[in-house]
Amino acid sequence: MNRRNRLLILLVAVLVLGGVALAATLHAAGRAAEQDRARPGDPRVARGEVTLDAPGRSVFRNMAWGPHRDEIASVPAADPSGPRTSSGVRCLRFHSAGGTGICLQAVHGGLRDGYRAVVLDARLRELRHYDLAGIPTRARVSPSGRTVAWTVFVSGDSYAGTNFSTRTSVLDLRTWTLDRNLEDYRFSLDGRPHKAVDTNVWGVTFADDTHFYATVATGGRTHLVRGDRTERTLRAVHTNVECPSLSPDGTRIAYKKRVEGASDDAPWRLYVLDLRTERETPTAERRNIDDQAVWRDGGTLVYALPGDYGSDLWTVPADGSGSPRLTMAAALAPAFTG
Amino acid sequence: MYLADSRTAPGVPDTAGRSPSSGRRAAVPATVLTLGTVSLVTDVSSEMVTAVLPLYLVAELGLSPLGFGLLDGIHNGVSALVRLAGGRLSDRGAGGHKAVAAAGYGLSALCKPLLLLAHSVPLIGAVLAADRTGKGLRTAPRDAMISLACDPAARGRAFGVHRAMDTAGALIGPLVAFLVLRAAAGGYDAVFTVSGCTAALGVLVLLLFVPGRTSAPGHRSAPAVRAPLRAVARRPEIRRLTACAVLLGLTTVSDSFLYLTLQRRLDLSETWFPLLPLGTAGAFLLLAVPLGAVADRFGRRRLFLCGHLALLGAYGLLTAPLGGSPALPCLALALHGSFYAATDGVLAAAAAGAVPASVRGSGLAVVQTGQAAARFACSIAFGAAWAAWGDRTALEAAAAGLAVSAAVSALLLRPSRSPKSTESTEATEDTEDTEHKESPQGTKNAKDQAR
Repeated sequence: MNRRNRLLILLVAVLVLGGVALAATLHAAGRAAEQDRARPGDPRVARGEVTLDAPGRSVFRNMAWGPHRDEIASVPAADPSGPRTSSGVRCLRFHSAGGTGICLQAVHGGLRDGYRAVVLDARLRELRHYDLAGIPTRARVSPSGRTVAWTVFVSGDSYAGTNFSTRTSVLDLRTWTLDRNLEDYRFSLDGRPHKAVDTNVWGVTFADDTHFYATVATGGRTHLVRGDRTERTLRAVHTNVECPSLSPDGTRIAYKKRVEGASDDAPWRLYVLDLRTERETPTAERRNIDDQAVWRDGGTLVYALPGDYGSDLWTVPADGSGSPRLTMAAALAPAFTG
Repeated sequence: MYLADSRTAPGVPDTAGRSPSSGRRAAVPATVLTLGTVSLVTDVSSEMVTAVLPLYLVAELGLSPLGFGLLDGIHNGVSALVRLAGGRLSDRGAGGHKAVAAAGYGLSALCKPLLLLAHSVPLIGAVLAADRTGKGLRTAPRDAMISLACDPAARGRAFGVHRAMDTAGALIGPLVAFLVLRAAAGGYDAVFTVSGCTAALGVLVLLLFVPGRTSAPGHRSAPAVRAPLRAVARRPEIRRLTACAVLLGLTTVSDSFLYLTLQRRLDLSETWFPLLPLGTAGAFLLLAVPLGAVADRFGRRRLFLCGHLALLGAYGLLTAPLGGSPALPCLALALHGSFYAATDGVLAAAAAGAVPASVRGSGLAVVQTGQAAARFACSIAFGAAWAAWGDRTALEAAAAGLAVSAAVSALLLRPSRSPKSTESTEATEDTEDTEHKESPQGTKNAKDQAR
């Protein structure tokens, strides 16, 4: 084959491959534009004021298509399928308690995207923001609204590419002191101090402003830890617990449990752990759950499952009875006021 | 393919006969530039995927990516075996290097569209492992082709050019991915498709424009060696070089640990963390060609050692209590990048000089596998030291180890004074083990080629 023919083949290939690449990008762009338009039958969403201290509201990230997609919205907790009021504040992850909101959002830069954690007051105005080192995954506010925590995924370096870890930070809103990385706390396992470089901490849930629970992973296992911000300690209290969520009365933990016999890509089921008896109760939800559940009240869990709009919210009783029910389509990261 | 041969060959006969110590700069052979282009295009493709993968897993698929790291050990082991096998296979007869490299590039290219179909962590992990297998397969034969396509005296620079192009691709990739996602929010499928098309283009450039037989005509008669790995193992030059690569690799802290230490020791803001690899890559890109040329004059093995001194300097900056000046991380990254520029292509160039053309792929694979395995062992050991002693002490231990390894390597790599190599009285110690050694009439052969 002579040089001219080879250049010709290359030219044709560049045109064909370039065409395929362009078509794929345009197709994806068209799909993205479509998501900015509301469809008939979607939940109704209107711009309005969202407050975090009005009682009886459910506040969440709206996933319904249209101009308010990804904004923090609210509905009456008693009428979850009713019309939504959208705030104009866009968040990937959100949580609220005690009139404080934490919003983990994307910041679109010139050459790359970044992320930041924004602390919001009850009217969703920014109090402070903190740059994040990775992709947001979990966010929580303490019941009083005076302490917040978040977890991001960090990928180590771009050469190997597949090495991920988590980084969890806790912020005290009274003093604005930030514990950047809970891995710096002293971790004890079976009553002995434990140090390992593969330690990862994620999924904080607050008991009060100084005490919390979280997941610590090390050596291929996960542990429920009880954390103390004053002592800067993490103490393992139970194994095989991920993304804990403490009940309002502080006696039970709803969590993701890795169950035996489940497939590798769907390993988790929603369980409730009684902290006093250490008894584990499976909920009636039998599907794989990858979310940090929220307690709507003392007896009901709310959690996200993949849906047509990316994510829907479901409920199930915490005592193992009943059956899962869809409570809100096209929503993620709920919080319940007062 | 004759035209390609005649296009790429001139550099070789031109220069092979003249004294390697002459300083005239020959043009970089077309084959090296073509292989550089293939690497550039392929790195754009693979770094596009790497850049969006965490976001894709977390934001699009809603998966937890934590499980990936656990498989790294297995992947590294498989990758090492594949690399050896790739090098060995590629030494079988004419066109073997190109065929094995094409298989490696092809396998990685096939993985890109597969990412569109894989939606669970185990499946995505399997696709990434296959991608890495392709990378392992192609590295040694590609480097063998580079070494065979250029004048032995200018190998350092040729590898430098290749590594610079490769790194440029790695820097462009994330930008392309960003632009695609900017045009189409959430368009990860578009990123994978564009990546797949780019990878296919790389394979095509390789198939069309890299000659099947990159060696100079003088190597035509070199018969395929029956047990290439054993033949490599019998050569003291390559044994010493491998030993040094392993020794130094055992004290080379992995990039991710170095960045983590840098961030913690110098108390860098979280937002800077993702940018640290760019600093290293930038310095690597700028310095790869000049340092490659320096290696050709100054001695490749000597520069390989000096590169590790740059790394030692970076360790020193991170362990010394120097305060929080913004110049420190820049200097540390510059040293880290120059470490790569002075060692990555330079080691390949030095290794190429230590084995004859007939087992070039196997020889390069042995050295690179030894280095990769040693670095992996270092990662594990450093991780344990970090947990037990904290980041500073762990790095001080690594620095002490590196200093000892460098000293031992300096002894091992002293220019040999064996009577056989007296025929080469060149200024650089590398040239003594170029093709001249392969036959007693080495010089005569080279002159024949020049005709």
